Amino acid sequence: MRAFSYERPTQVAQAAHAATTHPDASYIGGGTNLLDLMKLDVAQPAHLVDVNRLPMERIELLNDGSLRIGALVRNSTLAADPHVRRHHAVLSRALLSGATAQLRNKATTAGNLLQRTRCYYFTDVSKACNKRVPGSGCEAIGGYNRIHAILGASASCIATHPSDMAVAMLALDAVVETDRRHIPIAELHRLPGDTPQIDNTLQPGELIVAVRLPPPVPSVQLYRKVRDRASYAFAAVSVAALIQARHGRIELARLAFGGVAHRPWRNHAAEQLLVGHAPSHALFERVADSVVTGAAGQGSNDYKIPLLRRTLVATLRQATEG
Amino acid sequence: MQSQTPIRPSLFDSPAGPNPLDQEHLLGRGIARVDGPLKVSGRAPYAYEVHDPSNTALVGVLVLSTVAQGSIRTLDAVAAEHAPGVRLVLTHRNMQRQGGPASEHCKPQMADATVRQNGQVVALVVADSFEQANAAAAMVAVAYDVKPALTDLAAGVPQATVPPPRSPSQPVDTNVGDFAQGFAAAAVKIDATYTTPHQAHAMMEPHASMAVWDGDHLTLHTSHQMLSTCAQTLASTLLLRPDQVRVLSPYIGGGFGSKLVTYADAILSATAARQLGRPVKIALTRPQVFGQTTHRTATIQRVRLGADADGTLRAIGHESWSGNQQGQTFYETAANQTRLLYAAHDRMTAHRQVRLDLPLASSMRAPGEAVGLLALECAMDELAERLRMDPVALRVRNDTQYDPEKGPSRPFSSRRLTECLHEGAARFGWEKRSPVPGQRREGQWLVGMGMASAIRNVALKPSNAEATLDGRGILTVGTAMTDIGTGTYTILTQIAGEMLGLPPERVVMQLGDTDLPEASGSGGSFGAASSGSAVYYACAQLRIALARRAGFDPARSRFENGQIIQDGRAVSLASLAGAQGIAATGGIKPGDLLKKYAQASFGAHFAEVGVDADTGEVRVRRMLGVFGIGRVLNASTARSQAIGGMIFGIGAALMEDVVPDRRHGDFVNHDLAEYHVPVHADVPAVEAYFVEEVDPIANPLKAKGVGELGICGAGAAVANAIYNASGVRIRDYPMTLDKVLAGLPDQA
Repeated sequence: MRAFSYERPTQVAQAAHAATTHPDASYIGGGTNLLDLMKLDVAQPAHLVDVNRLPMERIELLNDGSLRIGALVRNSTLAADPHVRRHHAVLSRALLSGATAQLRNKATTAGNLLQRTRCYYFTDVSKACNKRVPGSGCEAIGGYNRIHAILGASASCIATHPSDMAVAMLALDAVVETDRRHIPIAELHRLPGDTPQIDNTLQPGELIVAVRLPPPVPSVQLYRKVRDRASYAFAAVSVAALIQARHGRIELARLAFGGVAHRPWRNHAAEQLLVGHAPSHALFERVADSVVTGAAGQGSNDYKIPLLRRTLVATLRQATEG
Repeated sequence: MQSQTPIRPSLFDSPAGPNPLDQEHLLGRGIARVDGPLKVSGRAPYAYEVHDPSNTALVGVLVLSTVAQGSIRTLDAVAAEHAPGVRLVLTHRNMQRQGGPASEHCKPQMADATVRQNGQVVALVVADSFEQANAAAAMVAVAYDVKPALTDLAAGVPQATVPPPRSPSQPVDTNVGDFAQGFAAAAVKIDATYTTPHQAHAMMEPHASMAVWDGDHLTLHTSHQMLSTCAQTLASTLLLRPDQVRVLSPYIGGGFGSKLVTYADAILSATAARQLGRPVKIALTRPQVFGQTTHRTATIQRVRLGADADGTLRAIGHESWSGNQQGQTFYETAANQTRLLYAAHDRMTAHRQVRLDLPLASSMRAPGEAVGLLALECAMDELAERLRMDPVALRVRNDTQYDPEKGPSRPFSSRRLTECLHEGAARFGWEKRSPVPGQRREGQWLVGMGMASAIRNVALKPSNAEATLDGRGILTVGTAMTDIGTGTYTILTQIAGEMLGLPPERVVMQLGDTDLPEASGSGGSFGAASSGSAVYYACAQLRIALARRAGFDPARSRFENGQIIQDGRAVSLASLAGAQGIAATGGIKPGDLLKKYAQASFGAHFAEVGVDADTGEVRVRRMLGVFGIGRVLNASTARSQAIGGMIFGIGAALMEDVVPDRRHGDFVNHDLAEYHVPVHADVPAVEAYFVEEVDPIANPLKAKGVGELGICGAGAAVANAIYNASGVRIRDYPMTLDKVLAGLPDQA
């Protein structure tokens, strides 16, 4: 860990100013990811702006039925919120499938969105990594890449976004509110392209202050996380599903996927294949085929393609069972 | 190094007769750990938490090589040397003179510019604070001339060599009868190859040391399983006499074999402290643990079984290939247990060594059996299926009461394998298992059961102890034994209390200090037997001394409730000890009973698993182990040992796998987020029972080993359950969901 300076402002404007004016500044919330990266010398912020005293801790139900989740709301608090559990169950389920109770007590909503990849080569400074050192190469390609992306990867980077929460929020069409603007969550995270060092579309110093969930969508909401052990493991693949069916036909379908790409993954075309149709195994197979179209493995992660397919079919089956 | 009075150890060369431990007033009871309150209240300091009273300790941070083979081309430490707080940067250019050559008990660091593995120390930075040392360590710039590294075990098999024997009693290969002929003639055959991955010990406490010099005498606070070898390694490496070295390791946060070796934290904290004239402490970071310390090597194992149609084994063949660095003699003895487990006329075992330029391979919990049984006991399951025979019945059919390689002249000291198999099957509800795989489904779960036999070699090592009773009636027992979290403090307290008729609260155990009588240390499941016997003998001597002081006949007196009693007369021990106290020493010197008798602990594992029919995820639902371990010294700690081993078995079956990067020769998933061991959610109801057994041939305690038995066979039981649940037979551990998935039928 390198030496750094630190401040803990109490106003959003103060924080944003500090982060914008200090070179190499970083916000710190729960610190469950950033502190690890600093200890590993992967992150070397010169200045930390601690946001924990900012007024961003509330969960507010707004008049239009949307929910405004403060950026500092802890993952455990959000997962346990009665309104979330009742109306946005996919989010509660995703949160509870992530990390451990101790980490969820500390981790914040905004921090969860902005956590960095768990790629082995990103977190080891002795290895080449375009995300950590642009232009140095990607050693995950040609290396051990069991946890890596099968969709939307590039020749520069095959890392995945590790969040469960963000996958559920993507299925919920959440909107990220910053100190400057509103960003649909689908536009927050990026694909790596040839600039994998840039995880998201936030501008320098831009501060997430809240996440808004649109009014609830009555639906069966599932979060299916497939992983190598029963807890404290990142998703090999995950599926967030909101399915609404009436009179034997699917009226609404939203699907988001984790563990497969540099960002939480959504496929609107696949969703549309479901709408208007009666649930059937053949239909689910067609949808799954559509989702994995263009998927490519890198060796040790080849299994994710059939796994994603099968997990989606199983999730759709469960979501539409009587 | 040694206590003042020379200890005369007792030769143990004939079976133990009746002795006071047979009373089992205190011994065997599941009393709570005597060190438990200290541990849960933070008053049991681990090595890195020890604070030198001078409050002048400096902190060292290691810089490790990032290539596997080659040499240091340039090393620039100027920036680090001038960084804030830095007191010393040691490299191969300014390293002090050390002993050599490198060997098991001599560990010179930074002796030259040659790089022999990824994770080798190339620099040590010592500063006033950890943060300063860590920041400066990141400034050390090293460039290497890199040579290609050998990292693939399978690729090295054609060049495999015959390693030297580990010991005279453990030949590398054995051949009895005519395996080729017996196998060829067998009615039913299995010929299968299994692979096991590299594994990490993943103990909670990383390796750490603090070195303090007083003149030319070194005191090292460290975390080590076997203090005498640590002291010996320090002396040979630092060019000291043994009496100049004291090693303290009273509390250890797990070892599992990793802390049988002395590493750079110990050597370099001592080196830097000597040079700087101040205490220096060094802890390995978790990623450094994976590179700098040892791991269990991967294996490739071919098992051939030939049987008659009734299940009688005719031929058993087990060959194993494992890897280690060039010049290292340690190999994984994965076929050794196959020499003892089942009867068969024609048999062969063989071990071969493949050079791998990876971090050092060495012992990890039950070296040999832990991975050997993953292969053998799956092959037995495959054979049972081919024979259309129950897997339990197949094992019972081939049970034996003598060493199957040596014949009836070498009987087992005790062997209750069949009892363990039958009791386990009954307790587990084994009769509900379908012999045809894939028959039981609960929702998305395919459910099945599997079982395996357990065997772990018994060993006995020289060990010594001293026992002193004071005028308050407090018995203080000292031995340079270690408690690596297994419960040694507690069982030794029980042995001493049983011998002198004292409750646990009147016994003080002192461990983990080389100033105490030299002891076996913890490893190979011999710690309890060896150090416990030493405590037994020391206390037996103390009984004699007390009886004589009372004017009693040592052979006819009893020790109860703090008194010595004979013919209705009772004298309090405290009054006999008086103000001066009374002391005795004792020790055990193993005789040749291990030659005359085959000695091992046995057991049977049963597992029920669910396999997700969609995703291939495997979750263990319940596990049961029944074990014969001789006398149970503490029902609670023995159970913890057994179920802890079984949980290791879950890890071996399902997830543990340190993956080498073939370009760099390091382990890619080098932390506990990505090297998976079972977490609570992976561990369902796991239960362990012990069959009634005492083994007077093993040692005076009549106890066998338990620390490693639980892992032996446990993973195979899980693997066999996966097959029974799903019909997917995997021979490549761990059985991660991708491998299961590949064998599952299409979704319906």
